[in-house]
Amino acid sequence: MRFKAMTAFAGALAISAVGAANAEPVDDELVINEDVEIVTKTDAPEHMEYIDEVMSGWLFREDDTRDMQRDDFDNPGMLGVEAAMETWDEVDGTAGKACSDCHGTIDEAQLAGARAVYPKWNENAGEVWTIETAMNACRTERMGAEAWDYNGSDMINMSALMSYLSRGMPMNVAIDGPAAETWEKGKEIYYTRYGQLELACANCHEDHYGDMIRADHLSQGQSNGFPAYRLKDAKLVGLHNRFKGCIRDTRAEPFAIGSPEFVALELYVASRGNGLSVEGPSVRN
Amino acid sequence: MAKGVKPRVKVPKSAAAGDVITIKTLISHPMESGQRKDSDGNLIPRSIINRFTCDFNGTNVIDVTMEPAISTNPYFEFEATVPEAGEFKFTWYDDDGSVYEDSKPISIG
Repeated sequence: MRFKAMTAFAGALAISAVGAANAEPVDDELVINEDVEIVTKTDAPEHMEYIDEVMSGWLFREDDTRDMQRDDFDNPGMLGVEAAMETWDEVDGTAGKACSDCHGTIDEAQLAGARAVYPKWNENAGEVWTIETAMNACRTERMGAEAWDYNGSDMINMSALMSYLSRGMPMNVAIDGPAAETWEKGKEIYYTRYGQLELACANCHEDHYGDMIRADHLSQGQSNGFPAYRLKDAKLVGLHNRFKGCIRDTRAEPFAIGSPEFVALELYVASRGNGLSVEGPSVRN
Repeated sequence: MAKGVKPRVKVPKSAAAGDVITIKTLISHPMESGQRKDSDGNLIPRSIINRFTCDFNGTNVIDVTMEPAISTNPYFEFEATVPEAGEFKFTWYDDDGSVYEDSKPISIG
């Protein structure tokens, strides 16, 4: 009798220990402004071998953080989007042009859908471009303006506006054809262990999503919500900056922001989220 | 002077007389605490919004004193009873002497 009671006690302990170390995704649905429905969970793309269902990082965040993203007024990332809307109409460079001279007004939303297919192959350049590369090409080649700093606030804000225009559309980057080589390179980086801690992206975001990493919840590391407003930084954070943070945490020397390695990784990570809605600017901790 | 300061408020367009409504306000502002140093080791001077008020038809709803520990882009959400149609007036006071204002009308119906 005594023995049985002990076993029951040990069982209860084990359960509570598992509970404490677990941070599984919540069962919740995201509708922004009671209007835009966001797909936060869907079948994994065919190329993924080890995960059946892909999930937005939104599902791994706490109630308060998730609520901030339901309403644009509560989403501090929208401040960046609004700043970019003003930049959109501002003339810059020797050609005397603003974004709106070629791409129309924000309301016309001619670039809606662009975010969902980037990074993508650029035939003229003969390489894969991120949307940031494309924006800087616009600035230097068409506007005669100076290129923006890849991680500067002008760039991140405009990138957030691109996400906003495509919000709710499914991510759909191409991984075949001329982009295949870059995609393979990105995949290799994703599965390569870096740093003194010898961690690959996959070790955390594929093997252990839903578990705790110290005091934080590990998500699948999806890129559909970027640029993301990170509460810890109190600002919008670009994807390459996030990559850099992750690699630094493995105690490795990170690749440079905007480097070919990160562009390849961005393409691969984006392809792991094919089917999820573009969600940026998202709110994360 | 702080750059890129822009107030935003959200108030329902209408309410029934006596209704309690929720008001959301946010002002984009760096809220420099005065405790930080720049790359040369010099103290960055304090620059914050130090007071926020909301009035309805001349009657004060809230009056908040704000301190340096409040983070970037201060956000306030509060409730107010609406006895009649009128206008909510919002005012933010900056350390540099700037005053930022916004107002929203509300109807009864």
